[in-house]
Amino acid sequence: MVRLSSPQQLEGLRKSIVERKDRSKPCIALCVGTGCLAYGCTDILNAFKNEVEKNSLQDKVDIRATGCPGFCERGALLTIYPQGIFYQQVKMEDVPEIISETILKGNIIERLLYTDPNTGERYTKEADVPFYKRQQRLLLDSNNKIDPTSIEDYLAIGGYAALAKALSHMKPEQIIQEIKRSGLRGRGGGGFPTGAKWESTREAHGDIKYVICNCDEGDPGAYMDRSLMEGNPHSVLDGMIIGAYAIGANLGYVYIRHEYPMAVDNVTIAIKQAEELGLLGENILGSGFGFKVKVSRGGGAFVCGESTALMASLEGKVGEPRAKYIHTSEKGLYNRPSDLNNVETWANVPHIILKGADWFNKIGTKGSKGTKIFSLVGKVKNTGLVEVPMGMTLREIVYDIGGGILGGKKFKAVQTGGPSGGFIPERLLDLPVDFDELTRVGSMMGSGAMIVTDENTCMVDMAKYFVGFLQEEACGKCLPCREGLKRMLEILTDITRGEGRKEDIELLERIAATLKDTSLCALGGTAANPVLTTIRYFRDEYEAHINESRCPAGVCKELITYSIIDEKCPGCGLCVEPCPTKAITFVAKKKPVILNQELCIKCGTCYDICKMKAVGVK
Amino acid sequence: MKKLLNLTIDGRSLQAEEEKTILEVARDNGIDIPTLCYNEDLEPYGACRLCLVEISKNKRSRLVTSCLYPIEEGLVVKTNSDRVLTNRKMLMELLLARCSGVKVIEDMARKMGVEKPSFRPQYLDHNECILCGLCVRACAEVVGTSALSLVNRGVNREVASPFLDTASDCIGCGSCVYICPTKCIKMEDSGDTRTIRNWKVNFKLKKCKTCGNYFAPEKQLEYIRTKLKLPKDFFDTCPNCK
Repeated sequence: MVRLSSPQQLEGLRKSIVERKDRSKPCIALCVGTGCLAYGCTDILNAFKNEVEKNSLQDKVDIRATGCPGFCERGALLTIYPQGIFYQQVKMEDVPEIISETILKGNIIERLLYTDPNTGERYTKEADVPFYKRQQRLLLDSNNKIDPTSIEDYLAIGGYAALAKALSHMKPEQIIQEIKRSGLRGRGGGGFPTGAKWESTREAHGDIKYVICNCDEGDPGAYMDRSLMEGNPHSVLDGMIIGAYAIGANLGYVYIRHEYPMAVDNVTIAIKQAEELGLLGENILGSGFGFKVKVSRGGGAFVCGESTALMASLEGKVGEPRAKYIHTSEKGLYNRPSDLNNVETWANVPHIILKGADWFNKIGTKGSKGTKIFSLVGKVKNTGLVEVPMGMTLREIVYDIGGGILGGKKFKAVQTGGPSGGFIPERLLDLPVDFDELTRVGSMMGSGAMIVTDENTCMVDMAKYFVGFLQEEACGKCLPCREGLKRMLEILTDITRGEGRKEDIELLERIAATLKDTSLCALGGTAANPVLTTIRYFRDEYEAHINESRCPAGVCKELITYSIIDEKCPGCGLCVEPCPTKAITFVAKKKPVILNQELCIKCGTCYDICKMKAVGVK
Repeated sequence: MKKLLNLTIDGRSLQAEEEKTILEVARDNGIDIPTLCYNEDLEPYGACRLCLVEISKNKRSRLVTSCLYPIEEGLVVKTNSDRVLTNRKMLMELLLARCSGVKVIEDMARKMGVEKPSFRPQYLDHNECILCGLCVRACAEVVGTSALSLVNRGVNREVASPFLDTASDCIGCGSCVYICPTKCIKMEDSGDTRTIRNWKVNFKLKKCKTCGNYFAPEKQLEYIRTKLKLPKDFFDTCPNCK
């Protein structure tokens, strides 16, 4: 490809790409994102290629390997354009039929359509599926419209037009003003106003400045940054180049977890393509502005998602946070002014530049503008990545988009913000989700993980899980976080074993208060949230464990016993074989099985297997 | 000349040069703030959190680490507010739970009114090392050898020699031993040998040509001699006999 030397040339190239594309030509867009990869989509992709070849359809059908459209629960996913037919749970064996029926004859294959488990209704188009209908997919929408390894695809949907606009029509200060006016806040968790961050980095003294993209997403259950980086890496670069121009930085870093190989590959390819086209490098689009991006892989330390730890790691040092009394915008990477933003934040930038702050401003709430991507996981029917305008209520996300709780169980709480987020109970389901509201109820936005729990979840056990995660993942530098988490974990473990003391709740609260008030970084400062919110909203569960040695949710092994409810047991014997300790004895058909308590290790396998609800737990 | 800034610490109006930290200004003026990981010859680290103070600015107050926080014009600092004391006590409880039976820590805790931690006795650890990192930082910043480091994460963090093996870059100077607040690094000179068990190292000591006493590890003297470009026979006699 020829290096572009002006915005006009970029537009010319875009035009020629669009003109070359035959919009009426069928295109099978198959997700090859990480979720669908686990469903075996690589084989499906190859099967499509073979099938197309077999039918000599190479010139008549396009096959596009795309990023993640978000509905990972239902993978493998594909969309057939131009009609926009949405097939889910596609398997290898469906491939020939999709070609022969849908592509060649235009027939819809009913069984591959999404059926709403709540209403039984079938949907042909992605946009009509309830999971998608309530979403506002500003950032994720392009994921299944482009091949992330093709810069042409990105250009075809208007890519880098924002960059061209910024470089040719806007002064750096104007860009910063636009971002400030848009109200964009950092999507990495802190929610710091992006424009203000850019401004202070721009105004900081120093010839050399850096911009950094934080893709060290480490929260259990969160994968929105991963999906953006895998599915649309150019959109992130687009934002970064604009940011670098506004700030006056000529070098940028993308810091990605080593565990995200596809994200590393795709952004590396994207950088190379952008360099070849002259969208990165010297004199970008003839503007005189030069910018380069390097990729740096993180070694898998959760704490490296913290900005100062990330910068230490980038420098080749141990990833440990430092105090931020002198901001990283003044002294960051290599002690030089540095602006660090999260993947999702960067991906928002081109949209704001192109459509304007006023447009962005209209989306969201008073204090939180735009959309937010959440990874909706746990005990909901529809799990996946959802992008909604700020201010949508938890209830809408969990029920309208998530389809409600699995298996007809009762909702208990939703945990937002990753391991150091908090649990939000049912009575707060109508809470509008934005930065400030989540903080107000004791949780936080965090990276946007949303873990839904049901009535079978023990809140003390959940708090224990997250504190356990954090005590291992904390860097260990500062005393309250390192020692405090260790002590909290001991106390929580005691409580789940029925050995809690009356004073333990108050002690947990005291440790938590100190953790919050005195920790060195935000990881420690928020680490007590799971404990504090579960005590705040589910104190009765703590008390049941401590005072009555009872786990109301029937989870804590030391406190529960499984038993066979004779009246309900049909003696089918389905539970006998799976029992790992052979604690269940088959008697005869229509006679209840016998459970030997001495052998039972309380794994719950029989409880999960029994369809007759004949296994009781107390 | 550096600019002078006005600030208040515990009700006292003070003036100090900009870029100084709260801790420096407090100590210059005889105001005591407890510390464990601070040493004026090293870069402040902010790990022990004991030096926390409460600052107020624009009607908002918060806790900051005084060893790291640069003073500002009009800053109001309280080193002993209820919030500071409550937190410092909990920090001491946590430290005491880690270092049960370590005298320095027990004395310090007692001074702050903490007799024993509120945690269950069976969980108390008897670790002598408080992970203040003074040894590691002295070795890197003052000696310039970086023979030690803090390894592992979270609760598994410890000070260690590379790969938990012989600290091959150690010159046996003993700076880590002198600076350790809990004296948990053990050094022993016996005959012509110095041993630091923690780092699995032994050093041959140099004998003074005049008095015949063994006075320093040969490796350390060689390190100093090369660094300062001193003559070959410079350390043939000990400092006392020079």
